[in-house]
Amino acid sequence: MSSREQEAALVEGLRRGDAAAFETLVRTHMPALLRVARRMMHSEEDARDAVQDAFVAAFRSIGKFDAHAQLSTWLHRIVVNASLMRLRTQRRRPEEAIEDLLPRFAEDGHQPLPNEPWSENAETLLQRAEIRSVVRAAIDELPDNYREVLLLRDIEELSTEETAQTLGVTANAVKVRLHRARQALRTLLDPYMRPVTP
Amino acid sequence: MMNCSELITNFLADYIDGQLPPETLADFEHHLDVCPSCVAYLQSYRSTIQLAAGASLAQRAEQGKAAEDVPEELVAVILGTLSRT
Repeated sequence: MSSREQEAALVEGLRRGDAAAFETLVRTHMPALLRVARRMMHSEEDARDAVQDAFVAAFRSIGKFDAHAQLSTWLHRIVVNASLMRLRTQRRRPEEAIEDLLPRFAEDGHQPLPNEPWSENAETLLQRAEIRSVVRAAIDELPDNYREVLLLRDIEELSTEETAQTLGVTANAVKVRLHRARQALRTLLDPYMRPVTP
Repeated sequence: MMNCSELITNFLADYIDGQLPPETLADFEHHLDVCPSCVAYLQSYRSTIQLAAGASLAQRAEQGKAAEDVPEELVAVILGTLSRT
């Protein structure tokens, strides 16, 4: 049986309410769903709760699953939504907090202090574990509205339209928030990336 | 001519996406020719995008050991919840 046929048989079992099919679904897709939830949530406990929510949502809506789609893609969307729902119940940073992280300009349009180039390119920087930790911590510091757009667009690689649909906002709002999120993240990373002066 | 504020605030994201109309693109690139500060900002903005995605990909690799991560207690909770749903 091809993997496509196996998946079709699994979906058939899920639609019949077959308990064994649900166990297969949970065991097969749990690692991928946990990875997504861990990237989005602030703790392991929250990530596991989001995965639990996602499987329950999948169970309830399996009747709406398009047989031509891929289960993994469908479940990815569901766990992203489940994670967002949980994040929204535990909002920590208000939207206004982003202003302090955006570049400032004088009346003539120039920045008061010129930007300095970063010491190394991203590829080199990413080889260092402490830099990867700094980046993840900085993403975590972003105000929630902006962090979720950055997660969906730049990390989970949803399109602007998919992100807009998921968040219930316009495509233009996604673009604006993504640009601000990247600018804010850049501001947070800047002190770690400047050349070391002797 | 485009100033730093306009370049960074209004046009940078579309430039990265290759969506600036030709005239605006010419103006944008002309500003870069004469403004090392905006060149540095552009470079660091691009790096920021790569770092965000790269750190996350690395997180996946670091969790590689857990690639087949199926916590039994979580499976039990989920299957228990589903059986009651």
